Amino acid sequence: MSLNTRRVIWAYAFLLIPLAFFLFIRFAPTLFSFDVSLRAFNPLAEVKPYVGLENFAKVFKDIGDPTHPTRKAFENTFKYVLIGTPIQLVLALGIALLLNSITRFRTIFRVIYFIPFVTSAVAVAWVWRALYMPDFGFLNLVLGLFGLPSQRFLLDINQSLPSVTAVVVWQGLGFAIIIFLAGLQAIPETFYEAARVDGASRWDIFRHITVPLLNPTIVYLAVLQTIAFLRMFTEVINLTRQGDGGPLNSTTTVVLRVYREGFGSQNMGYAAALTVVLFFVIMLITLVQMKFLQRRFEY
Amino acid sequence: MKFRKIGLMALASLFVASACGGAPAAPTAAPAAKATDAPKPAATAAPAAGDVVTIEYWQYNFQARIDAMNELIKQFEAQNPGIKVVHNSEIPYDNFLDKIAASAPAGVGPDVATMFNGWVPSWVNAGYLVPLPEKDFPPADIEKNFTSMVQGTKFQGKYWALPTAVRSLALFWNKDMFKAAGLDPEKPPATLDEFVDYAKKLTKTEGGKITQEGFAVEMNGQAHQWFREILTRQFGQIPFSADNKTLNYGSATACNAWKWLTKFETDYKTGSNDLFDGATTAFTNGKLALHIDGSFRLGALAKAKDLNFGVATLPTKDGINANFGSFWTHGITKKGAADPRRLEAAVKFLKFITSPAAGTLWVKTTGELPAQLTAAADPTLQSDPKLGAFAKAMGYSYATFFVDETKQRKNLIDAFDAVRLQNAEPCAALADAVKKDQALYDEFWAKNK
Repeated sequence: MSLNTRRVIWAYAFLLIPLAFFLFIRFAPTLFSFDVSLRAFNPLAEVKPYVGLENFAKVFKDIGDPTHPTRKAFENTFKYVLIGTPIQLVLALGIALLLNSITRFRTIFRVIYFIPFVTSAVAVAWVWRALYMPDFGFLNLVLGLFGLPSQRFLLDINQSLPSVTAVVVWQGLGFAIIIFLAGLQAIPETFYEAARVDGASRWDIFRHITVPLLNPTIVYLAVLQTIAFLRMFTEVINLTRQGDGGPLNSTTTVVLRVYREGFGSQNMGYAAALTVVLFFVIMLITLVQMKFLQRRFEY
Repeated sequence: MKFRKIGLMALASLFVASACGGAPAAPTAAPAAKATDAPKPAATAAPAAGDVVTIEYWQYNFQARIDAMNELIKQFEAQNPGIKVVHNSEIPYDNFLDKIAASAPAGVGPDVATMFNGWVPSWVNAGYLVPLPEKDFPPADIEKNFTSMVQGTKFQGKYWALPTAVRSLALFWNKDMFKAAGLDPEKPPATLDEFVDYAKKLTKTEGGKITQEGFAVEMNGQAHQWFREILTRQFGQIPFSADNKTLNYGSATACNAWKWLTKFETDYKTGSNDLFDGATTAFTNGKLALHIDGSFRLGALAKAKDLNFGVATLPTKDGINANFGSFWTHGITKKGAADPRRLEAAVKFLKFITSPAAGTLWVKTTGELPAQLTAAADPTLQSDPKLGAFAKAMGYSYATFFVDETKQRKNLIDAFDAVRLQNAEPCAALADAVKKDQALYDEFWAKNK
């Protein structure tokens, strides 16, 4: 056996362990929930018979009903993605560019921006709940100082979704900033020097050098954050009154619906069908993103 | 090139991040896949005659109830030397259904289990419970001895479970606020009209903001129960048909009760559940004068040292009294009924823990009210300043036959939100909610002829 072959075998051996773990922890339950989605699944019953695609039929019927919470969940989830991901990436890039251009205290700023990301999402949600409180919450007190009327934020049908989005964007910002920083620092200084010598403006440099060379980072973050927004659950259940995704289903998400149907109403089959649908939605969106966002730039 | 490296690193970290980071993928229904905390196995082999019979009892982890049950078990075992009861209460509330579900197909689990009264139809449908043997628990006796609430769990013409204790609703009022508003602090409103009057008088505003609420409708608290079972009756509408198949709380008569309730927020503006983080929190923190809540609130209120409050029976209308109750109730599982000796022991145990004496013990330890009418009529209990109001209502308390409590609750919450946030016409919003509830009941009864 040649040295190279032995090296390769060692590599596979080391890869096998996390792969086995991954298969057991992620793939097996996923396949199990595919199975559950095909059954009428009452957890207490001894028999959970197969009912074919009945659960999926119900899911799609509910999606077609404009007043049904499941339909609203899908609408809201897409809104979260379309509002949250761009705002988060733009903000993170802006802050990363600023951080990249300073030299002193850079580490301290990085830590400050990263702290929300490593804080428990539940704790963050509850503090923000208090900040958002009508009349006497901190944000409304500040608005009052400027003579602006008190806002209801999480309790208003129209403001609730943006309010929840703001919390999620705020918390995920640190992660995106760190990744952007790493990407920015990987761009060779020579490109900037060459551009400046050629007389390019700051905006030109940004548009034609920074952004294209950051493409892998942007794709990575866009895909990751989109998936995170599509799976949003923790923040919604903690920010809304008793986790109901309200008021009037204005903040509910697909995963919250899965939780409520599965564990609240014990419709495990329906809940599992919903997770399967979400699975395919996420896969589709991710593939589309990777195909259309990814560009190679050679300089 | 550097960018290939970064790309590859990014891809690798993508796998790592998705493998371990962030919220897990949508919850998979895998109760059987929970390898940790396997339930304690009970003695499954039938013991020979003369041996001790062991039965297993499960309830979720709630310290006061655990203490009460341990005391009852001690007394029971002393009176029944041939029976031993294993008390499993290490299960957190959120996992209770999961643990029961995991134990059922494994053939282990409780012989006697405690469940929420709203779960009885679901457990019966799953084939998990056996009906209470009529010779040991004659229905006529049940209806005579227990609070009327218990009839709410009659299903398919049989009784499947009995409670030790129940919870009902009462009117909580802030005595200091009464005094400050010039009202007698010892005289809470006795009728619905007085209630409206007092609520208006007790509301304080400052610069357009409410600083003290007179009354706030907490639809996601007990207000929906207050409406569905109590206010409807007081306005002249029985909410459910006798067979629990037709829902009548969307009728024009019932809507009078609904409109009475919605006016607090749309017309009188005495408060809102949106303020001060909810009505219950507002009351506990001394920001709300009148509150409708259950006996289970007493524990939390006792910790609010500065709160000077009283508890009274709910206000009446036209002399009609009604109350709503819910309870945790004990049933015998299929496993317990499988072996005749264990069934006999389970029946004895169930009789013991649902006796009036057990109810009286339960009150002392948990503050819940006894389910047996004789125990509830105990003069010391009736005159108790905090529990008396609940005990007095035992004779006219109703438990709802819920088909899906979560959804039914949400339908009324949404209807109320539609009225107060979207200016929906109250009766239309109510009719819409009842229509959705009726669909749930129709679906349920179609599966349970």
